[in-house]
Amino acid sequence: MVEKRIRVLVAKPGLDGHDRGAKVIARALRDAGMEVIYTGLRQTPEQIVATAIQEDVDIVGLSLLSGAHNHLFPKVVELLKEKGVEDILILGGGVIPEEDIPFLKENGVAEIFTAGTPTGKVIEYIKSKL
Amino acid sequence: MDLVQRAREGDRRALARLITVVENQEPEAVDFLQEMYPHTGKAQVIGITGPPGSGKSTLTDKLVKELSKRGQKIGIIAVDPTSPFTGGAILGDRVRMSDLNLDENVYIRSMGARGSLGGLAETTNDVIKILDACDFDYIFIETVGVGQSEVEIINAADTVLVVMVPGLGDDIQAIKAGILEIGDIFVVNKADREGANKVVLELQMMLDLKGEKSGWETPIFMSDATESKGIIEIVDGILEHFTYLKQSGELWTTRRNKLEKELLAIVSKKLYTQMLQRVKQEKKLNEYLDCIMRKETNPYSVVELLIKDLMPR
Amino acid sequence: MDKARGSKLKRRGSYMFEQEKLRKVEKAKKVWEEGQVVPTLKKYQERKENFSTVSGIPVERLYTPLEIEKLDYEKEVGLPGQYPFTRGVQPTMYRGRLWTMRQYAGFATAEESNQRYRYLLEQGQTGLSVAFDLPTQIGYDSDEPIAQGEIGKVGVAIDSLADMEVLFREIPLDKVSTSMTINAPAAILLAMYLVVGEKQGIRMDKLRGTIQNDILKEYAARGTYIFPPVPSMRLITNIFAFCSQNVPQWNTISISGYHIREAGATAVQEVAFTLADGIAYVEAALQAGMDIDSFAGRLSFFFNAHNDLLEEVAKFRAARKIWARLMKERFGAKDSRSLMLRFHTQTGGSTLTAQQPDNNIVRVAIQTLAAVLGGTQSLHTNSRDEALALPSEDSVRIALRTQQIVAYESGVCETIDPLAGSYYVESLTQEIEERVWDYIEKIDALGGAVKAIEHGYIQKEIADSAYTYQKEIEAGQRIVVGLNKFEIKERRMGGLLRVNPVVGETQVKRLRELKRTRDNIAVQNQLERFRKAACSDETNLMPYLLDAVRVYATEGEICNVLREIFGEYRPVEIL
Repeated sequence: MVEKRIRVLVAKPGLDGHDRGAKVIARALRDAGMEVIYTGLRQTPEQIVATAIQEDVDIVGLSLLSGAHNHLFPKVVELLKEKGVEDILILGGGVIPEEDIPFLKENGVAEIFTAGTPTGKVIEYIKSKL
Repeated sequence: MDLVQRAREGDRRALARLITVVENQEPEAVDFLQEMYPHTGKAQVIGITGPPGSGKSTLTDKLVKELSKRGQKIGIIAVDPTSPFTGGAILGDRVRMSDLNLDENVYIRSMGARGSLGGLAETTNDVIKILDACDFDYIFIETVGVGQSEVEIINAADTVLVVMVPGLGDDIQAIKAGILEIGDIFVVNKADREGANKVVLELQMMLDLKGEKSGWETPIFMSDATESKGIIEIVDGILEHFTYLKQSGELWTTRRNKLEKELLAIVSKKLYTQMLQRVKQEKKLNEYLDCIMRKETNPYSVVELLIKDLMPR
Repeated sequence: MDKARGSKLKRRGSYMFEQEKLRKVEKAKKVWEEGQVVPTLKKYQERKENFSTVSGIPVERLYTPLEIEKLDYEKEVGLPGQYPFTRGVQPTMYRGRLWTMRQYAGFATAEESNQRYRYLLEQGQTGLSVAFDLPTQIGYDSDEPIAQGEIGKVGVAIDSLADMEVLFREIPLDKVSTSMTINAPAAILLAMYLVVGEKQGIRMDKLRGTIQNDILKEYAARGTYIFPPVPSMRLITNIFAFCSQNVPQWNTISISGYHIREAGATAVQEVAFTLADGIAYVEAALQAGMDIDSFAGRLSFFFNAHNDLLEEVAKFRAARKIWARLMKERFGAKDSRSLMLRFHTQTGGSTLTAQQPDNNIVRVAIQTLAAVLGGTQSLHTNSRDEALALPSEDSVRIALRTQQIVAYESGVCETIDPLAGSYYVESLTQEIEERVWDYIEKIDALGGAVKAIEHGYIQKEIADSAYTYQKEIEAGQRIVVGLNKFEIKERRMGGLLRVNPVVGETQVKRLRELKRTRDNIAVQNQLERFRKAACSDETNLMPYLLDAVRVYATEGEICNVLREIFGEYRPVEIL
């Protein structure tokens, strides 16, 4: 009886305290049958990476509204690579100008979901990738 | 190199993957567990339980920090409830253990209870074995509040630590006698709050009433986990309990008892799955159901029939 | 303690309508329902089965005097500038003076923000509102590893008095009022501001402004906390006490519902949780031995304005009324200033869409009307591009112009509280009031706002509302134009403001230079004096902070002293 569940880490990197989006998406993913590890505010990229590895997640979702995404998102990807992890899908969300998206994707973020994205779209995306 | 070997040599990613395989009950899980089994039995397993809001996570965080400072390797398994409707879960215990994320001595794993009715997941015991075989000295299990969880935690843990707080509204008398039975160590957390001394006194009285059934005198500690007060004493108490268990021979007997239960549980699960599989495949099942619906027979007779037909001889 | 609950007080006597006439209205309404409404409904269904405000309060088809039959005008509504202040806190409201138009701004370095402030003042803005970057809000100097990537992003980076001097260069502090969105380290930033004033030769009692200084909503909704509740409350009451003696024109706290609403709360929850926080601050100050009327008049509030125009107006009216009752009946305040709920409003950031951003101008206009019709004392209007980035100068100007159009062209400022007497608005005001009292009673039963936050109760209520709202949007039960209806394929908006990435380096360089050139022995001495003062609960820390910032001790250095003594707050997350 195999009981596979999709495991997702929803993390708030940096100092940003806006967690409405992170909490909403965490609940939506739970209601879509996933196991969501929620770590709360102010996680450093190092902490996020350690958690992702320990929890053996399939997805890391990073939520950020402070504008520090170009600094923090690639940092998470880079640290994961350093640890030899390349099979975790990194997603980003928050207030992210469209012109930053190509840069983030080049730097290993699989997809960016900007403000106003329905949670259903995120769920669909995750299910299509796993 | 295989997963087990890598995990045992300290590869965190391999360890994490191994746990996933076991948690998902994938076919290889049994092989892995067999391979690891000879290396188990060394760790002290500590169960932490108590009502919601008693500060279990914060206390765990502090106890583990202290043990890590003493150079020990610690695993933490934090179990949260799974939604019975969707199968999803939010696992949020790490919020209060953020500092431990980067501690090389510590490994934290969040688990959804996944359909298990008690406080632990069905595979929590196996995850404990994996951590044990990977040379973790202490394994903490933190469960979903009060309720069914105490009974399960006693089957998993060598030492059960019950956390209480003053002023949660519940009169201590109302707390099930069960919690008194299972506690090896009591901690009255948030001891700066009004009423802490009263909780300690009441606990003391109830423990006295219960009487000692073994040679272990159940200690009651006061702590203020957010300010790290009382932590060293509690850690020492945990260690003392393990020493007591070993020296008194209780460890051998209780673990043997638990093993028996576990073995029976595995047997029963295996039989159950196999039998259920067969019942589902039974050609006459639909026919039976129709007969029952037409009141030509009843479920009880059909069950007898099914078991007689399907029981391996 | 006497729990004031105005709405449950027996209402008798002076109702607004004569019984006889009411019964006639009742009869007529029944005839209308049977004769016209029912046949119409048979032919055409209404758009929805249930109508409700955006906060989920049921809305009837029609409001008549019947729905406010029991409204006692004198007791519940009253006159502007009089208890219970439902109609406004001043006797002439906007006929005397318009609200303060105060655009929240700040980004990058002190120089750049200083330029933006001077631009805004030239454009007719009447007050400043300083946005600090996250490291400043959380008490980290710009050279800390954790600050990297965040410096100057959501506000201006301030490490020391040196930065603050630049921030207000050529802005005479006796001529403007300055609002600072700063909470956990509010005491430090206030000290810096006072010293900048001192250097401009302006006495403290001439300085006007506001610090947000509201730590409880940081725990509940906004996330920029540093210390645990008990020492945080001490810093707050230290500020109350110091300012009541030395900076009497300063609003020592801005008790904020804004962020609670942004985090997903309903209008009712916004008011309820904010007033519950207010109660907690008052109790803390009383416990510290202060007299209620010595500080209550300097308490101010900060609310959100969302799109449901009439619900928002009712919300502001209800909030004023409840606060007045609480202060008078629960806390026994005597001074009428202590009873007034004065508030700043910001239009709702979470109502803005990244899609078709120009539509946001219209949303902000509606929200501006809500705030003005609700009697706000000051207002920040959001810019159309804020769902995408920090606002550009053009967008900020349109936002400010929106206020000016409402002020000078719409006519709504010519009379006081013009929506009073609307059957719907009065009824909704009462309904909101009832629901807020229910929450306040629940929070009282949990032991007050601090306990309710420690239990995660308030956080969970907010998160529940946020999730419900999101599900309603996704199910199409609520329409957001351009988001889940009337969508178009569009080109991305150009001309967004970007913070120059070298800002971080510039700021770090400046900080290192400061640490090299200042009198480091004086800094060490002042920090040591400050540490000793912090260790004793009885000491007011403000004088020590003033001494420390004067010698250019940095914000991070001061906060680190406090971190050692106070510890750091650990959140409870309940999802």
